[in-house]
This record gives sequence, structure tokens and C-alpha cells, in this order.
Amino acid sequence: MLKEYQTVSEIYGPLMLVEGVDGAKYGEIVDIEIADGSVRHGQILQVDRDKVLVQVFEGTAGIDVSRSTVRFLGKPMELGLSPEILGRVFNGTGNPKDDGPAILPEKRMNINGNPINPYARDFPNQFIQTGISTIDGLNPLVRGQKLPIFSGAGLPHDEITAQLCRQATVRGEGENFAVVFAAMGITFEAAQFFINDLTNTGAIERAVMFINLADDPAIERIATPRCALTAAEYLAFEEDMQVLVVLNDMTNYCEALREISAARKEVPGRRGYPGYLYTDLATVYERAGRIKGKKGSITMVPVLTMPEDDKTHPVPDLTGYITEGQIIMSRPLHRRSISPPVDCLPSLSRLKDKGIGEGKTREDHADLYNQLYAAYARGKEAQELATILGEAALSEEDQLYMKFANEFEGRYISQGYYENRTVEQTLDLGWELLSMFDDTQLKRIDVELIEKYMPAARERANK
Amino acid sequence: MSENGNGSIIKVAGPVVVAEGMMGARMYDVVRVGEENLIGEIVELHGETASIQVYEDTVGIGPGERVVNTGDPLSVELGPGLISSIYDGIQRPLDQLYELQGSFIKRGSTMPGLKRETKWAFKPLIENGTKVTGGDIVGEVQESTLLLHKIMVPPRCSGTVEGIKEGEFTVDEVIGTVTGENGEKTELKLMQKWPVRTPRRSKQRLAPNEVLITGQRVIDAFFPIAKGGTACVPGPFGTGKTVVQHQLAKWVNADVVVYVGCGERGNEMTDVLREFPELVDPHSGEPLMKRVVLIANTSDMPVAAREASVYTGITIAEYFRDMGYSVALMADSTSRWAEAMREISTRLEEMPAEEGYPAYLGARIATFYERAGRIKCLGAPEREGALSIIGAVSPPGGDLSDSVVQATLHVVKVFWSLQGKLAQQRHFPAIDWLTSYSFYKQFLADAFEDKAMGEDMAKMSQTAMGLLEDEASLIEIVRLVGAESISAKDRMVLETTRSIREDFLHQNAFHKVDTHTSIEKQYEIMKCILHLHEQGLAAIERGVDITKVFALDVREQITRSSYVPEKELDKIRNIRTTIDEQIRAIA
Repeated sequence: MLKEYQTVSEIYGPLMLVEGVDGAKYGEIVDIEIADGSVRHGQILQVDRDKVLVQVFEGTAGIDVSRSTVRFLGKPMELGLSPEILGRVFNGTGNPKDDGPAILPEKRMNINGNPINPYARDFPNQFIQTGISTIDGLNPLVRGQKLPIFSGAGLPHDEITAQLCRQATVRGEGENFAVVFAAMGITFEAAQFFINDLTNTGAIERAVMFINLADDPAIERIATPRCALTAAEYLAFEEDMQVLVVLNDMTNYCEALREISAARKEVPGRRGYPGYLYTDLATVYERAGRIKGKKGSITMVPVLTMPEDDKTHPVPDLTGYITEGQIIMSRPLHRRSISPPVDCLPSLSRLKDKGIGEGKTREDHADLYNQLYAAYARGKEAQELATILGEAALSEEDQLYMKFANEFEGRYISQGYYENRTVEQTLDLGWELLSMFDDTQLKRIDVELIEKYMPAARERANK
Repeated sequence: MSENGNGSIIKVAGPVVVAEGMMGARMYDVVRVGEENLIGEIVELHGETASIQVYEDTVGIGPGERVVNTGDPLSVELGPGLISSIYDGIQRPLDQLYELQGSFIKRGSTMPGLKRETKWAFKPLIENGTKVTGGDIVGEVQESTLLLHKIMVPPRCSGTVEGIKEGEFTVDEVIGTVTGENGEKTELKLMQKWPVRTPRRSKQRLAPNEVLITGQRVIDAFFPIAKGGTACVPGPFGTGKTVVQHQLAKWVNADVVVYVGCGERGNEMTDVLREFPELVDPHSGEPLMKRVVLIANTSDMPVAAREASVYTGITIAEYFRDMGYSVALMADSTSRWAEAMREISTRLEEMPAEEGYPAYLGARIATFYERAGRIKCLGAPEREGALSIIGAVSPPGGDLSDSVVQATLHVVKVFWSLQGKLAQQRHFPAIDWLTSYSFYKQFLADAFEDKAMGEDMAKMSQTAMGLLEDEASLIEIVRLVGAESISAKDRMVLETTRSIREDFLHQNAFHKVDTHTSIEKQYEIMKCILHLHEQGLAAIERGVDITKVFALDVREQITRSSYVPEKELDKIRNIRTTIDEQIRAIA
């Protein structure tokens, strides 16, 4: 039996205090019927005897103390799921937002999920081809990995994530691939860009979208990634699909968390974010992975904008501690119209070695990215030196490396948002660029590999 | 309410639950919370009202539900079966939970830390009628091919042993009884229990006097850790803290390794689980897993259990230490542990100190690291055990002024400072040689069987460090005026330090040979590098053009020396002769 109360005593910020409640449980979901007859949703944050603290997802504007009815639903927040969710657009709490019919759930799952038993995890070691050279070639993404994109205001992270959603495929026969896209506090324009992009390319049919826009209630954002991941878990572990989850933008999510924490008058940690930000983020990010005995997987690409491009800001910092690497966007490259402007040197995929090599990509992959990385790092140094001393002052070797860095940026990094390169194309391009060096300068590549791949690359380069 | 302190819930706020009617409850008693029997621990008492930190997710728990006091503090089971196990923060076996519940961890499950069904072959080492006291070894069980598990009398028990016999026993069966002087009988079992928050006792504490060999060149040669010593590894993300911890867990010459994954990535634990059984211990040729106990409380698992996980780990480590073994404990990461403390503290509405951490943060960290050490074990026969702690710290933004780093640096004797800059240059392990330190360097010389070699190594280590120190200032000058304008001698120094950095300090954890380097091999490589330095300097003195020295082929051989297998050390030794020959050729 549902219990109803009209005993709201206090409302502040996104929170509401209800008194005289009997039998409320922590984490339970409530419906709030306000004076004008509309219904809002909330979740219990704290129960103290008969006093219940509720966070209201849609915000508290318009709620009054005397005429609101609070209904306790006696269950945690759940999401109704069926294979029909593919191709649909939902709002931030999982209700349909497109014109389609309501979902007839085959299964209802708690959106908070359960922690994966570490013993049950299967190690991520299968390559995902994104068609983007800087990712496939230098920072390969593998199934079950969580690899965030660290971006900043004014950088084209939307374009690169859209490209990822469009192009990402799993190599191998008969694999089902799906994209779950969660938008948290992004603008209508950005959201529409994604929806249009996916619709135009047909990718929308294998996508599920959860959209919370910038003008939607901020507190709803707390539920958005959890809804998206619950859908992803369903698709991956019940329907055997390879799921790519894009969470955009995690900074907005963290700000919503901060808002609640501040309203609860909790002791703030760094920059006003709550002390449990790490734990909270981990319960989101750690839902990526593979599980023994299940065919599907969840790969996660969270996007976050770093305030002032500061990597030590709590959101990117704590994210970096949980995720397996990061792709960092570069403002200087973007200014020079190099797209996607991935800053290769600080970017890193921690699981890269597990997903590449013979049988997965190609035998030369590991040696090749080490060499490209080293040469590019050296070239970047030379570039910097040239700006101080002038190009003429560089040694011949430094000039060569600088030339390499320029070519690397112009051809390898820069590919535009609509070029989809296979990993072989990416690797061959790497060889082609390295062909400007003598074989003896390529110390990080096995001699046999040089003999096998270099002659053809030289030929291509000379054409 | 009942006398043993059973009460009912009045408040739920995240992982903290408040219950009233808890008469007779004591601090740190373990309680079962709610209809689902979640496990919790009392952390605050106000009259009959108790605040409880719950080790499981509290969603769905509400006021009015019962709280049952078990009357015992949080304890771990110690006995055969620990080795190769993987536990969560409160010693529930994750592999068995997986078989029972499937891929996700559900709540309220109880499962003993040690398997009840397994029979162990017990061999008594004492006769019936022997008088024993706490800590005495009464027999042994060959637990794995790498570990002889000593069965000890529980610490607070003494008297005369009766009925002890050889045979196959489960951990719960009686293997004998001890009759005390007052006639009180205590049953001896293969298993004993110990509360995790209380350090296990020892006869005497001793100062460390021996280095723990890790096979990692930068650590062994420059910043060694002692058996019974403490070390911390702070660094921003992406600098390889976890790789350093994994490398130590793999190659450290301890008898037992306890690895606590505290609030870190799930995939990393999978990595350990997948890799360790395949790796072979260089000392015994057996799979490394046969000496490892894993505690995995990943970041998505409940936060209170994360707080407990380091205590669970260290208690298990102390138990093996008490058998007279050298034990190494890796805690990755203590920052997550501190954050768990902070979260509980916030929910208890305690007054915070710096950055919201509780005021007792420093004290808790210090107490934890003090549980390390070399000791004379309790009981007979006389034996020494050692417990080393290596804690990773993850300071926000890599900022070393962070409270956890500072509190840790107050107590640890070894500091391996990981630098983001080095990691970005792909110099791994990214341990910064200028800021790191170790208080155990004086024991390095004794680590070698050959005394002269040991002393030579200690000297070389000093020389090399001196050169690296010089390099730091020389590089400044070079940056300003260019490499051509400094003296030939200084250029030789720069060339040598480059070699020290690239050929010695840099070590590839993922290369099957390079991943582990014996100290003898470390000696040989270092010897070659410094020999070339000396010979090069001498040649320059004689007027040889420095570019010729830099162009010697032999440098290629030095670069490759870290990839030379341990069995072919002569190959590295011979490089010195080649150096002499090649120097002679250009002179």
C-alpha cells in the first residue's frame, strides 16, 4: 500500500523535509503532487526517526509546504527495460522524451546497480576501432575500458564524441554494437547536434539516449548517468551487446552533486565539492567492464570540460584516478585547425598494450606507437626550441624531428571529423611518416619489423 | 530491549546508521543491521544510542528495523587457506561469493573467511604434556608449495597441551587442548581469530637491519626499503603508482605478500588475478600466487568496508609475521582509505580538520604504519619476523602538501616520489631521483653475498647520485648557453647521467627480462656505466676528442645490458673489457 503524507515542513534548495513519516526507507523514491496537480519525483537522502529528507529531481520551485502531497513508493529508483529501448530518446530520469510509446518493460532494474565482484571481472583486452588515428594508433581503446575525454570550453569535444559514436566498431564477426548516450546539462544545440548526427548516419537505430539539457532540473542529472548505465548493463549483460557509453558532460554532473551537498550543509572538500566525490564518481565509472561468462561489455567514454583547462581541478583529477587513461584536447592544435585536436603527449590509454598486437590489430602496433610517440616528443621539443632560438639555430637532426612533428600533426593527428580510418590505414600512415628517418634512427622498432614494413612505406611516401 | 544490546534503527544517512536501545554495546562491536542483516560496526556511543558504520549499501533500510549486536569486535579468521585467497574489505572470499551469487555483490551475505570443508594435513611439532604459552608453534601445515603454515597457540592462552595428534583436519576441528593452571581448558584449532583494529603482540620490537630486495633498480640501488621498514609512493594519476606496487608484489624477496587494493580500479585487481598465477617466483620457480593474499575493495564497493580493508590486510600480514616470516604489505591506495575515513567522519557530523579530513587522520595513519617492523615473535621457538608496509598515496592534483601525504611522510622512512613529468617522458618507474629518499641505504652493502662487492655497490650508488645531482645544475647552464660551451668533462658527466637514467633507472616492467633485476646484475650494469665514465674522463685528460668517446659502439651494449638474462651476467661483465679495448683504440 502506498503511503501519502501532507506533512512537508521545510523546503530549501533542492531539498524537502517531510515529518511524521512512518516506515520510510533510505534511498526510496517518492512522488510529490503539488498544488497545481503536477507530479514531481524525489529520492530519500536521510531518514531520522519520522523526519525524511528528500531531494527533488525537478527542483523545488512552486512547491509549497501546506498543499503538497508526498507519496512514498517503497522502492528504490528503477528503470523499465526491454530491447525496444534501442533507437529511443529519454529524459534524464528515464521517461520517453521522443514521440514514441512508453516502454513495456521486460525487466525492471535498480538504477544504482550493484558493485561488480572484482573476481567476476574479465580483463579488457579486445580492440575497438574508432577510426581516429590518435586513438587507434597511439591510445587504443579496448572493450570494457573507461577512457575519458578531457576537454575545455570552446574545444570540439562534441564533434569528437559524435565521431566516436558514429565510427566505433568492434572488429570481428557477428558482434552487436550499441551506443548509450547520456547528456547532462549540455545545451539544446549540442544535444540536437548529436541527435541529428546519429539520425543522419543511421547510428540512432543502435543508440539509446538519455538527455538532460542545460535548462532541465540540475538535480535530475544525478540520476542520468545511472539510468544510462543501467540501460547499458541490460544491453551488455542480458542482451549480449558491445555497448559504448558516452557521458557528456561529467563536470555538470559533479556540479549538481555539489549543489545537493551544499544544501545539506555538508563539510565541503576541495573547491566546494563534497568529500565523497571520488566514491560517487567511482560508482558511476566502475560500472564499465567485462564480466566472466558474458558476451557483452560496457566501454565508457566520459567527457568533461576542465575549468580553465586545469587538469588538477577536482573533477578531471578524481576522474583520472578512476579511469584507465585519458584523451586530452589541445587548445593550440585547435587554434591551428588541426582536427580532432588530440594532445598526444599527455594522452594515455592504460590498457593499450592489452588490446593490440598480432591477432588483435597488427604485430607492429606496439613498437610503432612507441617510436611515433618518442619522435613526436622530440619533434615538439625542437618546435619549442625553434620558437626561442630560431629555426636556423637548430641542428640538422633537430630540424628533421621538427619536420616530422609538423607532418605528424598535419597528417596523422589531423584527419577531420568524417574520415574513418581503419587501424591498418593508421598504422601504414605511421610508417609513412617515419620513413623520413634513417632505419638506424628508429631505435624503438624491432629490426625485423622495419625490414617488413618500411620498404612499402618508403614507396608510398615517395609517390 | 535485550541485555546483549539489541536495538532498533532511528536514523539512516548513507553508510552511517543510528540505533537506539543498544544497552551494553561496546565501541567497535560488530552488529547486524536491518532485516537484511547488513554488517556494521559501532563507531560512536551516546548513552544507549549507537552510531554504526555499515559495510554494505544501506538503500532500503529504514527506522524501526532491528539491530543485533554480535558482541565481538571486527575480526579476521587466521589459519590455513589464507594464501591465494581474494577477500573483500571484511574478509569475505570474493571467489566463493561469485560462485554463490553471480557477477554482482549482493548484500547481507555472510561467508567465513576460511573454507570450512578443506582438510589440511597437520603435523605436530611438540609432544603431549608440553607446557605452552601464547605464540608457541605447536605444529605445521604445508599450505602451498611456497608456504609452510605454522600453527601457533593463540596469544592469550597458556597451559599444558593434551590430545595433540597428526592427521587431516578442517580449520574448525579440534587438534588438541590446552589446560591452564586454573584447570581452564582451551581448544586448539588450526584457525584463530583476531580483532583487526588491535595490533598483534610480539615479544620485542627490533630495528630493521636488512634490505628488502625488490628487483627494481632505482629502488634497490638508490632508495632501498628494509625488511620491517615503511615506504610511501605518492604521485598524481598516470605516474604508475599501481605498476610500482604490482612490481614490488611480484618480485620482492618476502615470504608472504599481502596486497590490499583499497578503493582502486576493478580492472587492476583483475590484472593481478590473471597475471600472478602465471608469473613464476624467481627464487623458487613456483607461481607467485602461492605466497600472495589479496584484499580487493574496489572503489565501487561500499566505503566503510574500504576503511576496514587496510586493517584486515595488516592483521593477516601480522599473523604471517608471527610465524617468523618476512611479510610485505602493499596498500593501494591509502588516500582512498583516508577518504573513507573522511566520509564516515562527515556522516558522524564530527568537527573536521584540514580539507574536511577528521582530526585523527594523522594518528590513524601513524598507528597503521607503526604496525610494520622487525620483531622477535611471541612464543617458542625463538624466531624473528618482519613486516614491511608500502603505501601508495594519491594526492589530489599531485600536490604533495595534501594532508594524507604529509601525515604519511611524518612516519615513513622511505619516500619514492613519482613525477608526472617523468611519466610523460615515458621514463618508468617515474621515481624522481632528486626528491626521493631512503633511511635504509646503509644496509645496502650487506645485501650482497660478496662483501667487497657490496661495499663497492654502496660507493657506486653514492657516485652515481652525485653525478645526477651535478646533472641537474649543468642542465640549467646548457639550456642557457648550449651544450658546446661547457667543458668536455662536464659533457662527459651529462653523457654518463643520461646513461644512468636511460640504462639503469629506467626499467621496463612489461619486458620479461627487464622486469626484475637481481642486485648482482644491478651491480654489473652500474659498474659498466661508471667504468665508461672513468675511462672516458681519463681519455679526455689525455687529449682525446670527446665526440670520439661519445661515438663508441660499446654504449649500445650498455644500453642492451638490462635485457641480458640473469644467467648470462658474464656478458655484462665483459663489456668492461670491451670498453677498455675501444678506449685504447681511439687514444
